[in-house]
Amino acid sequence: MKFNDAVWGAGMVVFAGALLWYVQGFPTIPGQKVGPAVLPGALAVGFGVCGAILLVRGLRERAASGVAWIEWPEWFGSMPQLRAFAVLVAVNVLYLVAVDRLGFVIVGTIYLAALMMTLRVRASRALPIALVMTLVIHYAFYKLLKVPLPWGVLQAIAW
Amino acid sequence: MSSAWLQAFQMVFEPYNIVVMLGASLFGLFVGAVPGLTATMATALLVPVTFFMAPIPAIAAMVTATAMAIFSGDIPGCLLRMPGTPASAAYTDEAYAMTRKGMAEIALGAGLVFSAVGGLFGTAVLMVAAPTLADFALKFSSFEYFWLVLMGLTCAVFISSDKPLKGLVTLFLGLLIASVGLNNPAAYARFTFGNTELLGGIGLVPVMIGAFAVSEIIRYVVDMAPEALIVEGHIGNVFKGMWRLAVKYPMQILRGSVLGTIVGALPGAGADIAAWMSYAMSKKFSKEPEKFGTGHVEGIVESGSANNSALAGAWIPALVFGIPGDSITAIVIGVLYMKNMNPGPTLFTVNPQNIYAVYLLFIIANLIMIPLGFLCIKVAKRILKVPRDVLMPVILLFCVVGAFAINNTAFDIGVMLIAGLVAYLLEQNGFPITPLILGVVLGGMLEENLVSSLIKSDGSLLAFFGRPIAATLGGLTFAIWLWPLGRKLLRR
Repeated sequence: MKFNDAVWGAGMVVFAGALLWYVQGFPTIPGQKVGPAVLPGALAVGFGVCGAILLVRGLRERAASGVAWIEWPEWFGSMPQLRAFAVLVAVNVLYLVAVDRLGFVIVGTIYLAALMMTLRVRASRALPIALVMTLVIHYAFYKLLKVPLPWGVLQAIAW
Repeated sequence: MSSAWLQAFQMVFEPYNIVVMLGASLFGLFVGAVPGLTATMATALLVPVTFFMAPIPAIAAMVTATAMAIFSGDIPGCLLRMPGTPASAAYTDEAYAMTRKGMAEIALGAGLVFSAVGGLFGTAVLMVAAPTLADFALKFSSFEYFWLVLMGLTCAVFISSDKPLKGLVTLFLGLLIASVGLNNPAAYARFTFGNTELLGGIGLVPVMIGAFAVSEIIRYVVDMAPEALIVEGHIGNVFKGMWRLAVKYPMQILRGSVLGTIVGALPGAGADIAAWMSYAMSKKFSKEPEKFGTGHVEGIVESGSANNSALAGAWIPALVFGIPGDSITAIVIGVLYMKNMNPGPTLFTVNPQNIYAVYLLFIIANLIMIPLGFLCIKVAKRILKVPRDVLMPVILLFCVVGAFAINNTAFDIGVMLIAGLVAYLLEQNGFPITPLILGVVLGGMLEENLVSSLIKSDGSLLAFFGRPIAATLGGLTFAIWLWPLGRKLLRR
């Protein structure tokens, strides 16, 4: 997704204003004139200046060549690619929501199988590979590196 | 030999460390050889694993993996016309043209041998320059450090990017990300909005894995590029004729290595930019510039040595000042802090054996690159046939678990995924990512030195130019800032 520079610029100027206003509430170091507001304040000014330049540049470019405010990427018109992106988001949301309850092995296998099948790997191949690779990652992190990956519903057979 | 060197040898040649180096080599060779996986990504993926290691094996893993990846990035460039890492992109067309002419073994051999030569050259410079600079840097106060960090960030924006304005924006964003949490001069909870997870700040590791690994995978998933076709044909002895090339092109090798080391040492510019500049330079000074692009090995010799020497060069400012020379050392610095091996001049005086060990690691990595790289070329066709449709999802799950592993919190997974999406969106819109990462890495250091300098000088900005070195660094920084403007005025 490509936004015109003017869109980025306008967004940045607004953001810079909000940031500058927000850091006014920061305290100073006791007994000093400066404090935690110095750097973010300077960054706000920087965002504002860069945003303003981008805004002007984007508007000029648009006036000259008539580029759109937002250019959608090619893959937005293509169903398989849109679906791939949706699956990518979905499996990660699933992981975050369900990994504690269902456990890493189950969620990991679904995660990998779903992504592989979206990338046109046959189910008969994707499912066993997904299970094996999940177990490999599980072994590497849980056993070798002692990372507490959750077992979830498989707690009873934890190894 | 001093006892520090002896200790360094003991640390490096410990069996555990050797195993780590071998494992990291294979990993690096594989990652580099698969198009779409970069050396930076290899480093980011190593972070969660090295987190559980002692400092020397952790550094060993990163040094070897990156050196191998930068070399093996040449392989798919040569056989598929697809650079394995961006550092090989400069001469991919040339290498592929050589393969079409049946000279694949010369292209690959030149990539391998002169990568090692460049890497060793960069290491030699690192060994000489870093301690000298460190002696010098011991005299630095917060004023000098403030300018040094600012100059480093400035270089990253103005020298390494063709879009300085957009680079500035991502730099500011990185600095802003670094300022989240309690870690600031007054220990005030900034930008946490009541979230307790944010009090400790936004983790460097999840941001890096997101920006360098997840964003690549997003790109792969939505691009759905078709699998490329491998050039068939036999690859002969890659070492044949290498000595002749070395005798024929000594200047090119030296020039590539010197330029690579310098570009590597400049903050923000790494192996990929070194290779592009070096290839262009090679063509400019060549006696046969018309042959470039038609399958001529000269440019590969020069830029192949440049990209590997850049790797070592990038460690000079990283070790001496804590300012990363490229995105790989940006990650390494994060790891050094986690290992309590804080970069800075005292690293050279307090525990010199650690630094000596780093030198040794570089030398070994570049030496074992030759036999291991040779084996990698032998099995290259098989590596290139690994289906990326299977590989990419596995890497993504690895990233998820890796981000979780650092602090055992799901919050970091969220940070990583958001960082990946943001990096993808920014790159699509022409915003470079490296300044963002440098901002995240250096934000704390910049602010600390800025605020303590302001306190010392009681708010006076003149004091920032009060000491000779500080004034010079400050002047240089301003010169880089004003350079684009000056160039515009000159053109009129």
